[in-house]
Amino acid sequence: MEDLVIIKYNAGNIQSVLYALERIGVNALVTDDYEKIQSAKKVIFPGVGEASSAMRYLKEHKLDTLIKDLKQPVFGICLGMQLMCAYSEENDTTCLGIFDEHVKKFIPSAGADFKVPQIGWNNIFNLKSELYKDVPENSFCYFVHGYYAALGEHTIGTADYIQPYSASLHKGNFYGAQFHPEKSAKAGEQILKNFLSL
Amino acid sequence: MLCKRIIPCLDIKDGRTVKGTNFVNLRDAGDPVELGALYAQQGADELVFLDITATVEKRKTLRELVNRIAHHINIPFTVGGGISSVDDVSALLQNGADKISVNTAAFKNPQLIQELSKEFGSQCVVLAIDTRKEEDGEWYVYLNGGRTKTEARCVDWAKQAVDLGAGEILLTSMNHDGTKAGFALDITRTLATQLPVPVIASGGGGTMEHFVDVFEQAQADAALAASIFHFKEIAIPDLKGYLQGKNINIRPV
Repeated sequence: MEDLVIIKYNAGNIQSVLYALERIGVNALVTDDYEKIQSAKKVIFPGVGEASSAMRYLKEHKLDTLIKDLKQPVFGICLGMQLMCAYSEENDTTCLGIFDEHVKKFIPSAGADFKVPQIGWNNIFNLKSELYKDVPENSFCYFVHGYYAALGEHTIGTADYIQPYSASLHKGNFYGAQFHPEKSAKAGEQILKNFLSL
Repeated sequence: MLCKRIIPCLDIKDGRTVKGTNFVNLRDAGDPVELGALYAQQGADELVFLDITATVEKRKTLRELVNRIAHHINIPFTVGGGISSVDDVSALLQNGADKISVNTAAFKNPQLIQELSKEFGSQCVVLAIDTRKEEDGEWYVYLNGGRTKTEARCVDWAKQAVDLGAGEILLTSMNHDGTKAGFALDITRTLATQLPVPVIASGGGGTMEHFVDVFEQAQADAALAASIFHFKEIAIPDLKGYLQGKNINIRPV
């Protein structure tokens, strides 16, 4: 049985996640093998890309039902977290439905104050989960995204860009982060360590 | 609140970090792996790696070096130089790059931007523009590491590239590069206020006050510099502290 697997699919910055885990002394297996994902102790579901093509790929490879039925701790990152939501406005995509929250498009405000996608470091607050143990309120994390998950009952961390939204979600064994812990310096390393200690 | 970014840039030639003035007179600035790791540790918000000889000498970016740097840094990592295809980008992402920057190849074949943004997402595609202000007062696009002038206006090319899917613009003023006389505030402001994507200002940063100017007056989303960091004229923690003192949103070190 693998301790940690990273789900391999067509939307990845998988290498960055692997290197970040290496830096904290953890090796992970990158795989799309059904059995190996199902039997792993923990699963990371990364992702950078577009929602509809990612969902299509997951369905074609029967990974959609697999992910929904996982019982071990699962951590969705960026697009991974958005795909775990109910629905994304990005190309009108029905997602996995683990979290009830909907994913909406950032609408730029008038003038040049807010650009879309949001790219850069933003603070996360209202942190309430063991995922954020020893992570101070208003820690800065690295975000790159044009769509956001609205606030909802599963929100365990908030960020503010144009309006407040879910920086992080949690329901049962499923966790999600809109930002990239693998690229978020010390705060990100702590969050990855916390996930591995769940 | 989203922060303004401070981005050290490693210009790489033959595996070493180099830096010139107005794109010529290169001098050695150290080992890129050591510098990259140091900057990440000091609180840099991102690292840019440009293989400045790749296009000219028709070499592919030094993937192995990218891989070594990527292992050592826990911040976003953008790689450019000699990228002209989806395969080039795949190979760099496989070696730990988070974003790539395209320049000459994208100008010669704008379709490349569309292909890359479709394949990897706009957030992955940074368009680098080297521009020079000519006597007629217009900013023109230069190619091949500043060696080849084009008749294209910087602002027109930037807009076209964003329409094609570029997610960020890395704007280098050749008039200012290496001079330490301040960033090109006029063209940076033009792009930063007219484009819907972030603009990284590059070229000319020499004092901490220059960074205040480029963020406040020119409204740049990020500022990139090389020699002042490499030669330890300004330390990143000092710069960030100074900017915070000026009430600019900065990620604390």
